[in-house]
Amino acid sequence: MSKVYETVIGLEVHVELATKTKIFCGCSTAFGGAPNTHTCPVCTGMPGSLPVLNKEVVNKAIAVGLATNCTITRNCKFDRKNYFYPDNPQNYQISQLYYPICRDGKVEIEVDGKKKYIGIHEIHMEEDAGKLIHDAYTDSSLVDFNRSGVPLIEIVSEPDMRSADEVLAYLDKLRTTIQYLGASDCKLNEGSMRADVNLSIREVGAEEYGTRTEMKNLNSFKAIARAIENERERQIDLLEAGKEVVQETRRWDDTKEYSYAMRSKEDAQDYRYFPDPDLVPIVISDEWLEEIRSKQPEFREEKKARYQEEYGLPEYDADILTGTKKLADIFEETIALNANPKKVSNWLMVETMRLLKEKEMEPEDITFSAANLAKLIQLTDDQAINSTVAKEVFEKIFAEDIDPAQYVEEKGLKTVNDEGALRATIEQVIADNPQSVADYRNGKEKAIGFLVGQTMKAMKGKANPGMVNQILKELL
Amino acid sequence: MQITDETIKYVGILAKLELSDEEKEQAKKDMSNMLQYVGKLNELDTEGVEPMSHTFSVHNVFREDVVTNGDERDNMLKNAPEQKEGAYKVPKTFE
Repeated sequence: MSKVYETVIGLEVHVELATKTKIFCGCSTAFGGAPNTHTCPVCTGMPGSLPVLNKEVVNKAIAVGLATNCTITRNCKFDRKNYFYPDNPQNYQISQLYYPICRDGKVEIEVDGKKKYIGIHEIHMEEDAGKLIHDAYTDSSLVDFNRSGVPLIEIVSEPDMRSADEVLAYLDKLRTTIQYLGASDCKLNEGSMRADVNLSIREVGAEEYGTRTEMKNLNSFKAIARAIENERERQIDLLEAGKEVVQETRRWDDTKEYSYAMRSKEDAQDYRYFPDPDLVPIVISDEWLEEIRSKQPEFREEKKARYQEEYGLPEYDADILTGTKKLADIFEETIALNANPKKVSNWLMVETMRLLKEKEMEPEDITFSAANLAKLIQLTDDQAINSTVAKEVFEKIFAEDIDPAQYVEEKGLKTVNDEGALRATIEQVIADNPQSVADYRNGKEKAIGFLVGQTMKAMKGKANPGMVNQILKELL
Repeated sequence: MQITDETIKYVGILAKLELSDEEKEQAKKDMSNMLQYVGKLNELDTEGVEPMSHTFSVHNVFREDVVTNGDERDNMLKNAPEQKEGAYKVPKTFE
């Protein structure tokens, strides 16, 4: 009989905090600057420079800790993790080993209607490293320290996940929670959220964990799911063949859907952690903690329930709208401008989602303003434009955030509600299409659709469709 | 406490240092002396005493989250042995 295996997964998630400055110096964290334009003696590890902690980093780390039900370490400090690599100019990374700022948390996830808690072992603060670019021309590496010293938190879960679906649900939970806090934009593809997957296999019912591997270089939710499946199968194949899983770090290549070993336990580094003597301890008072607690926002679950209750939205719609902070923000901002919640929801759920998918964009990439969406809804409420024109105008709003009122005016897209003008056009259409008229009069109801179409065409799509129907029926 | 040859070799690897035989002997002696010196502390009873990382009772030294540094790239790169296109040029490295 073949054995039944269980996959045991724990995650290490790095999140870049959305502060204006780096963790230990006043350099900007802005993304995409020319190489080394956001650097100083501190973040390039010059001898004699002195790091000073950015208070906002601690605020954001505590906020994430509270939102994930962690215990906040009231006396915490930084340690040095020593290793040599050109992206690390100090030859050590300032991190937290002995007293991480948050411990023993948990978040609730739901997969296939089943709820479950995933434990959070700890969250610690640390600094990011620089970036290495390979220069093929000189066969050397070029170092850019703009990212060096950008604040990170590392969220270490307990090995509580059992499937790729649970991992994705956990990551989504972390992402929305952190986005709602404004602590990070959590973009996997841009590296502001990175996940390393620790995975092992054991027989169902076994008490001991199997030997685990750590998978790196996972840049999308899809890559994570594929890597988990692949690694699960690789480990089961090894066990079935009577071989052993080797504890090692592996790198995922998503284009080849294959992972390879980077380094094994034998050459694991000795990081020689010790307390950083340049940074003084952090003492978190009751008042400080209370201040952060009082500023915690409404999180996804609460928002979702409120959308259903307050605006009468279906659960599915409320779930999608609260799925990213960006969508929830646009929804609420548009409603605040007196637009009807169901109509706003409709524009976001249908047209926005369609365009996002078509352009392969994420909700976070949305650039249009609530003000222009509200104006568009007003134009349709006033029947100044019909639904076909509205969709066309919305595409312009989505792409360039144009002012719809001005656009409609300039392009002459206003619905023609003038009965005299419509009647004249329709009379012409009837005269030009005797066959369709005859068909309709002989009982072919569908023929009227053709005549409506011809009228709309003649009016360049701007006719009020209700009125066209009415006048047509009257004249026929 | 005596430092063994293995320890010296290991510390050398970690620090990426190549030591000659004489240097190894000297380092062994120096490190043993240092450990002996701080070993004095082991004579104290520290039961129930919280470990500390600083000798001064200073805590919570913070900066506000305000950008104070401008583009100092040209000055910063003066420290680079080699540079190219605004970046530090180093031997080819990959992981």
